[in-house]
Amino acid sequence: MLQVATLQADSLACERGGRLLFKALEFTLAPGTLLRVAGPNGSGKTSLLRILCSLARPAAGRVLWSGEDAHALGEDYTRRLAYLGHQSALKEDLTPRENLRFALRLTGLAPPEAALGEALARLGLAGREDVPARYLSQGQKRRAALARLALAQELPLWILDEPLAALDVDAIETVVALITAHLDAGGMTVLTTHQEIAFASASILHVVLRG
Amino acid sequence: MRSALSATIGIIERDLRLAFRRKGDVAQVLVFFVIVASLFPLGTGAEPNQLRAMGPGVVWVAALLAALLSLGRLFAADHADGSLEQLMIAAHPLTATVVGKTLAHWLTTGLPLTLLAPLIGVQYDLPAPALAALVASLALGTPVLSLIGAVGAALTLGARGAAVLLALLVLPLYVPVLVFGAGAVGATLIGLPHGAHLSLLGAFLAFSIVFAPWATCAALRIALD
Repeated sequence: MLQVATLQADSLACERGGRLLFKALEFTLAPGTLLRVAGPNGSGKTSLLRILCSLARPAAGRVLWSGEDAHALGEDYTRRLAYLGHQSALKEDLTPRENLRFALRLTGLAPPEAALGEALARLGLAGREDVPARYLSQGQKRRAALARLALAQELPLWILDEPLAALDVDAIETVVALITAHLDAGGMTVLTTHQEIAFASASILHVVLRG
Repeated sequence: MRSALSATIGIIERDLRLAFRRKGDVAQVLVFFVIVASLFPLGTGAEPNQLRAMGPGVVWVAALLAALLSLGRLFAADHADGSLEQLMIAAHPLTATVVGKTLAHWLTTGLPLTLLAPLIGVQYDLPAPALAALVASLALGTPVLSLIGAVGAALTLGARGAAVLLALLVLPLYVPVLVFGAGAVGATLIGLPHGAHLSLLGAFLAFSIVFAPWATCAALRIALD
């Protein structure tokens, strides 16, 4: 049976510290679609992304992956997604190469060593691959975390929290190109960003949280 | 199953590599252990019979406190830099991660403590059979300290005053291990067999291997929700 993967929000609600951030949130994300979550600070963008990753439980509603409850699917769901959180999840004592290798291993990917170097070079970290991450600048750390995307094209769902923050123009261009390639290949991406970036090819869905 | 095993090995490898990069953290725990265990003779006077009598208890309490000291960094560092979120949504079950992290914690604290203990034991003039019992009891007991400690570390994750809370939560649970661990050495000192003590420690270990990782996973899920 051929089933096209979809990510669906089924009347999601989120409560933080006794305050209702959003409720009755509905959308369906089909392959090749970008979902852009917008809203002011504190409107629940990160909370929504964490719910979509099944890191947090919604106050009401469900996240459905191809019609099945994502929370119940457990690892069968999470091994399909690449999540980049607010924090870069970079170990300061490990080098970008080691960080990248471990991050990919967690998602069940084991690309050849040469590919790790290429991915880091693509994000402009050539020559810095084997320096402990603590000696990198904020932007370079973010680049090191994003290098994962260059090797995670086969994961159908990317969930990215402010992927473009702290990046310079060149890096933004690279990341946008990676996301576009992912969408063109039939992947889905959910992202939040405050930057005005135009994604040329993709079909885009907008969710605006009012707070 | 295979993938869960390789995931566990991957986590152990990562945590050992991190520990190796921060040798100071591991050394701190061991130095703390040695200093605490060495303070008692200074305070109580160096009467050999008295030292021999209190040796097992002191070494065990020092090991317990040293293990407690190191628990804070079991999940807190990964929580602070966002790595824990990535570990929670990995392609393998969370249990594999927790087992790997707990084992790595034991390899960097419990195991060196066990290997260092005979040295402290000699300070207390413990005879060879008692030293053997000390090492055997620590080898069985320190993994329990790591397993139970992991539950406490996960429960207090992100709480204010987590270090004190962790001590209050975990120390009472360490009591049975302390009683039978120090008891095994004490029994040997007065010429009694210590097999029963070690069997009980083994039973604690078996029990906590089954239940502690499960409880730790549940606590982590709550902490990150």
